Amino acid sequence: MSRKLDVRALANPSCPAPLASDRVVLAHGAGAGASARLLEACVFPHLDNPWLRERHDGAVLDLGTSRLAFTTDTFVVSPLEFPGGDIGSLAVHGTINDLAMCGARPLALSCAVVLEEGLPLETFERVMRGLAEAARRVDVPVVTGDTKVVERGKGDGIFINTSGVGLVAAGRDLRPGRVAPGDAILVSGPVGCHGAAVLSVREGLAFESEIRSDSEPLHDLVEALLEAVPTMSCLRDPSRGGVAAVLHEIARGAGAEIEFEDARVPVTDAVRSACELLGLDPLSLACEGRLVAFVAESEVGAALESLRSHPKGRAAVRIGTVRTGRPRVVVRTALGTRRLLPLPAGDPLPRIC
Amino acid sequence: MRFVDEYRDPERILRAAAEVKRRATRAWRIMEVCGGQTHTILASGLDQLLEGSVELLHGPGCPVCVTSVETLDRALALAARSDVTLVSFGDMLRVPGSHGDLFGARARGADVRVVYSPLDALELAVKRPQREIVFLAVGFETTAPAVASAIQSARKRDVANFSVLVAHVRVPPALIAIRSSPDCRVDAFLAAGHVCTVMGTSEYEPIARELSLPIVVTGFEPLDLLQGTALAVEQLERGEARVDIQYRRAVRPEGNVHARALVREIFEVVDRPWRGIGVVPGGGLALSPSYADFDAELRFPERAASAPQEPGVCRAGDVLRGALRPPECAAFGRSCTPERPLGAPMVSSEGACAAYFRYRLADVSSEGAP
Amino acid sequence: MEWRSGWSGCARGRADVCLAVPGRILDVGDEHGLRTARVDFGGVRKSVCVETVPEAGAGDWVLVHAGFALQVLDEVAAREVLAWVHGDGSRP
Repeated sequence: MSRKLDVRALANPSCPAPLASDRVVLAHGAGAGASARLLEACVFPHLDNPWLRERHDGAVLDLGTSRLAFTTDTFVVSPLEFPGGDIGSLAVHGTINDLAMCGARPLALSCAVVLEEGLPLETFERVMRGLAEAARRVDVPVVTGDTKVVERGKGDGIFINTSGVGLVAAGRDLRPGRVAPGDAILVSGPVGCHGAAVLSVREGLAFESEIRSDSEPLHDLVEALLEAVPTMSCLRDPSRGGVAAVLHEIARGAGAEIEFEDARVPVTDAVRSACELLGLDPLSLACEGRLVAFVAESEVGAALESLRSHPKGRAAVRIGTVRTGRPRVVVRTALGTRRLLPLPAGDPLPRIC
Repeated sequence: MRFVDEYRDPERILRAAAEVKRRATRAWRIMEVCGGQTHTILASGLDQLLEGSVELLHGPGCPVCVTSVETLDRALALAARSDVTLVSFGDMLRVPGSHGDLFGARARGADVRVVYSPLDALELAVKRPQREIVFLAVGFETTAPAVASAIQSARKRDVANFSVLVAHVRVPPALIAIRSSPDCRVDAFLAAGHVCTVMGTSEYEPIARELSLPIVVTGFEPLDLLQGTALAVEQLERGEARVDIQYRRAVRPEGNVHARALVREIFEVVDRPWRGIGVVPGGGLALSPSYADFDAELRFPERAASAPQEPGVCRAGDVLRGALRPPECAAFGRSCTPERPLGAPMVSSEGACAAYFRYRLADVSSEGAP
Repeated sequence: MEWRSGWSGCARGRADVCLAVPGRILDVGDEHGLRTARVDFGGVRKSVCVETVPEAGAGDWVLVHAGFALQVLDEVAAREVLAWVHGDGSRP
């Protein structure tokens, strides 16, 4: 079997060696290990600047008197419609949330679509209606856009890219680089709902009480949170790769160990059952309406109170702590034993968001 | 979830662990032979709860891991055909053949699909009469009835474009193969509960007698594993060597007679190479002659050149026999990881090496546990 | 449902070929000539082939693997495992 020997991997034995592939594989889109390596191998050698080095959900550009947050995201979800949303509303919420993770007030969105020849016009219009409604509800205009068409078989229905700009108020500095040992880790609500909802449609699973995607805009929740705790270190939106991917990225970025109690992570019964049946870990499934917050120990009370008093954060809970130690994510089980949280290297579900 | 959550109750589990430690007067070595059990032990840290007492070893309980390179190469050769849709369980996609894996083959344009059940593969054949659907049938005896059912149904419905590449493996002969190795350190076996749910326990009786060791048919939840261990310890302390069933909610001595009849009808016992172990006499299932028309190996003459040598540094055989713990292998976590596996036990999420890599803290301690 | 990426790398908790889950039969019918049940797994419902458990009917619990029922669960035996750790001395 031909494998390129990667001397970097041998020099750093704790870092898994790159996937032995000279082509793009699905794992590269999973939002975790393989994705990171794709970027390290093909993108960052050519695109390198302080903003990209931050490895955050968006970039904050200093304009002198104000700071502009700028982010982009592409949505490839299949099926186009799922319980709790569709690719259109998802495209709005995802970018609004990336802006929110920078502490920005969203100002405007762009929307570029790639349509596959043969897609029913009615489907396209329905998606655009969903997108427009989602934008209207958050009062953020879509101010520019683009449309392209590709031949049948080359596009799988519709791909949507949304970019967004927002204003970051003075004094806010939310980025992975600020996370430090001692910080507490909070999640705003039950995890894995979006991934499980999309999965339910794909797998033909029926539910007694339907699993709905948690796709929703969080900028208002974030504003409330930052008002209560302006010194918040970092906020992350656990999309592809779920909470597991976020914890690993932050552990690596902060050069610290993360330990959390798996019994504390909120999961709805329906999501748990679906995961049990399909052999999946809820922590690795995408969320589209949740945030993970890293906050100083002294501010945990204020942060939780602020989240829980908001309708979108009622189930907020502290799950763990950032500690001094080599970068890894440790689970403390209900038995008191400790083990690693595996890094999602592959993807249980492509085309989730 | 009922029949699941109760067996994960921390209080019960901690008491069961205490019970094992109370009964054991020696550091007995007990080997489980199912990837699902390996997974539970490492994901729950049961070995940490038993530290200083019984030693839990992991056998070749991962049918994905022990699927031979030749089978993989056959599957890859079939997938490369433009008229074939190769259908498989998801776990097989990352198993390396001599030249890459099915995942890579798909990236290069092969029609490779994943299903949750063999019956779904049959439905795909019905829906796509212009394609040749080949199902890669791996797994222990647990999976054989589902595959048999699909084949029987295909015959009844006269589905001409469906065939199966059979690579099932059988557990009982593997236990003998493991135990007969001179460096075998096993005092007792925990037999795979789901295999025995289908097959019953009759094949294990003579093994327990001849090898003179206890065999306890055990379930998959933490409480099951600790109770199975306790029963094995009880026998060892008394010098007994018989088959006992811990997983009584699913396992009867006769197994599932309907499923066994179905398996007997469709399959026959053959010798089979287990990757990392070698040829295990009677260690596999193949299609019986009356169902040869569904045999993908006969339908498609593709022969792939196999290079079945594992890299010299790979210690898979030692790991699978319980003679070596994965972290003791020089390649573990360095040149051998789940993403670039050198050998069988690092491939599937439930192979021993992969389970250790993914879950086990190098400096694990059981602070906080009783 | 045709295509699903059952990626078995680190993202998945469990492997398909080892996983069997208990579920409760809601009703039994026929699908393509095979006895098939609608089974409830803690609120999730899926279709399961019950050809090899002919004695099982609505309300019974079955152990399901790869869309196929392996056996009817013995609820009495299930409870005995739980009782064992309370030290009441009963054999599991």
